Amino acid sequence: MLTKNIMIVGVGGQGTLLTSRILGGVITDAGFDVKLSEVHGMAQRGGSVVTFVRYGDKVAEPIVEEGQADVLIAFERLEALRYAHFLKNDGALVVNDTRIEPITVVTGAAEYPEHIIEDLSEKYKVYRVDAMEEAKKLGNTKTFNVIVLGIAAQHMDFSEEAWLRVIEKTVPEKTIELNKKAFLTGFHM
Amino acid sequence: MLGNEAIARGAYEAGVKVSAAYPGTPSTEISENLVQYKDDLYCEWSPNEKVAMEVATGASISGVRAMASMKHVGVNVASDPLYTASYIGATGGLVLVAADDPGLYSSQNEQDTRMIGRAAGVPVIEPSDSQEAKDFMKFAFELSEKYDTPVILRTTTRLSHSQGPVTLCEREAVADKPYVRNAPKNVMMPGNAKTRHLHVEARTNQMIEDGCTFSINHAEYNDTKIGFITCGIAYQYVKEVCPEASVLKLGMVNPLPKKLIEEFASRVDTLYIFEELEPVIEEQVRSWGIECIGKEIFTRQGEYSANLLRTAVLHMDLKLSEAAKVPARPPILCPGCPHRSVFYTLNQLKLHAAGDIGCYTLGAVAPLNVIDTTICMGASISSLHGMEKAKGKEYIKDWVACIGDSTFMHTGINSLINMVYNQGTGTVMILDNSTTGMTGHQDHAATGKTLQGDVVPAISIYHLCKSLGIEHVYEVNAFDQEELKKQLLAAKERDCVTVIITKSPCVLLKGNVFPNKCVPISEKCKKCGACLRPGCPALTKNEDGTISIDETMCNGCGLCKAQCKFDAIETVAK
Repeated sequence: MLTKNIMIVGVGGQGTLLTSRILGGVITDAGFDVKLSEVHGMAQRGGSVVTFVRYGDKVAEPIVEEGQADVLIAFERLEALRYAHFLKNDGALVVNDTRIEPITVVTGAAEYPEHIIEDLSEKYKVYRVDAMEEAKKLGNTKTFNVIVLGIAAQHMDFSEEAWLRVIEKTVPEKTIELNKKAFLTGFHM
Repeated sequence: MLGNEAIARGAYEAGVKVSAAYPGTPSTEISENLVQYKDDLYCEWSPNEKVAMEVATGASISGVRAMASMKHVGVNVASDPLYTASYIGATGGLVLVAADDPGLYSSQNEQDTRMIGRAAGVPVIEPSDSQEAKDFMKFAFELSEKYDTPVILRTTTRLSHSQGPVTLCEREAVADKPYVRNAPKNVMMPGNAKTRHLHVEARTNQMIEDGCTFSINHAEYNDTKIGFITCGIAYQYVKEVCPEASVLKLGMVNPLPKKLIEEFASRVDTLYIFEELEPVIEEQVRSWGIECIGKEIFTRQGEYSANLLRTAVLHMDLKLSEAAKVPARPPILCPGCPHRSVFYTLNQLKLHAAGDIGCYTLGAVAPLNVIDTTICMGASISSLHGMEKAKGKEYIKDWVACIGDSTFMHTGINSLINMVYNQGTGTVMILDNSTTGMTGHQDHAATGKTLQGDVVPAISIYHLCKSLGIEHVYEVNAFDQEELKKQLLAAKERDCVTVIITKSPCVLLKGNVFPNKCVPISEKCKKCGACLRPGCPALTKNEDGTISIDETMCNGCGLCKAQCKFDAIETVAK
């Protein structure tokens, strides 16, 4: 199969690394070759962070470049806009509809763009979710990223069971049921 | 497996007995992964990279396989022992893992460790993915023992922080070599070193020959119209874009297998050298009279990509959509970070700060704008001293030096000794957050815990400073702005060294609990914006001028509340 390119973007501290661990797990279990590339260190301190995941029969390059992403998972609106040009023309953009102001906006040096999702919808297939709201319904706001992953999973090649198996192996034991529920919320949305 | 995890696994499988390191992105996870094998090997955080390299060298002399790991700029600190360890060679295999950072994800420069390998006469090998990272580690130890040399395994951020499948093997049983006194080899004084320098030259020449048949250097002959000589992660971009081209993949990037390269060059029509950062391979290849294309079309700056090859070599028009113009999101200090309180206090007192390496470098950016200089680990205190010697005691009263606890233990202590010895004056602030913060919470000599998890007596930074003969050493809670101001102003009046240690743990430190959160009371708010000035990311200004505080982000430090004259922010239990 052709190499599939996934990107996960967000703000440092939003828990993108857990999401990519689950995604990496499901790909490996399915027997694909996979490369996953992430950012550590200074950029994690509230900065813009990005994780690249590529899988297929044989993967060489570990990063996804402009115009190549099949699925872009964005945990925040502005970050969706920042990386949208990485999407293929028919790529899917899953965006958590939340606003986290960068320091440049807080200090008044820049303005947070309005109508991001509306504008992106004109160009890309956009799947919007207020994952914080959905996570509150589940009783734990921390699960919001697994809900977003659930939606993105609709655009990938793995069964519901395969995802749930990996979640069981990946998250802390106490939160397995909660995370499974969060995943299914997104997967059936 | 993460590249760094694979390096650790490779070390384990190679039978490593001793590992020493100082944390630094992108190398930190090597030691963090190695510690899982602590039943079979010893690993430590050393106070700095020079010490780490010396620990590893000593272990090698004693006859076991040993390693040190560090980021690229750490190799500068370790270069003193490295250059001489090169002469001594290796009894037990000796490997230095150096992690370069093309693209500067978390560093102050973009130096290329291959050049240090050349300068020190030490072979450098460079893997291209996680599997190779593990395999090359094992090869590195064999190479080290066979040629009696330390070996540098060079990785880069992209390799260290990428994951790929890795096949695991068992740990090799490597017998300890008996220690035999061998002064001509291990005592580097002029007479001995002259002889050993000749050994370095001879082994290098031998490796130039033998490298042509090393399995890690291999030519892949396909279409010979275009040929690439490449190494490391750059190899993957070549395979992605030009799978039909011929490729000479160099696993050993110093010394270069000359005959293999000459043979490859003779068989391809156009030769490209595709290497990130410096033209290390290119310049040598050109010096042998071989025509090639390299840095005239590929940059020395930053990471490479497949698109770089598509445009520069294949001249493809990629028809990319333009990136949207969006506000930048630079990294910032976390909500509740004790550094923010310190820097905001310095900002209010209009003081300049000579900065250092750590999260607190972020005190250089708006809205805090306090840090004026950042050079390298430990340089805050010594550069402040230099300024004082240049411009005088009065001038330096508008300055302080800011250094973290881990950086102070790394090399800051030397600078403070110098300041005392040479009658310097001025204020040194040690921002003690009880951990190595930026790299993700590693212990050090002043935290009371080791890499292997042993609880040990913590070195007291206060008493350490006192023992240097500094009279004025004070410990202050970082969030007590009033006390901080009092101490800073008092220090300004003195013509001697004052050390102010701000003690408040990193907010992200495990076990650090925040019982409270800050809540705005909109009715009382006068919309003055004072609470926003320290730049806490949990606060946002509403359209009507009042503020909101994100309750998931707020750690209840109360710095915003302390700025409000109208009691319009309260702290409540979470």
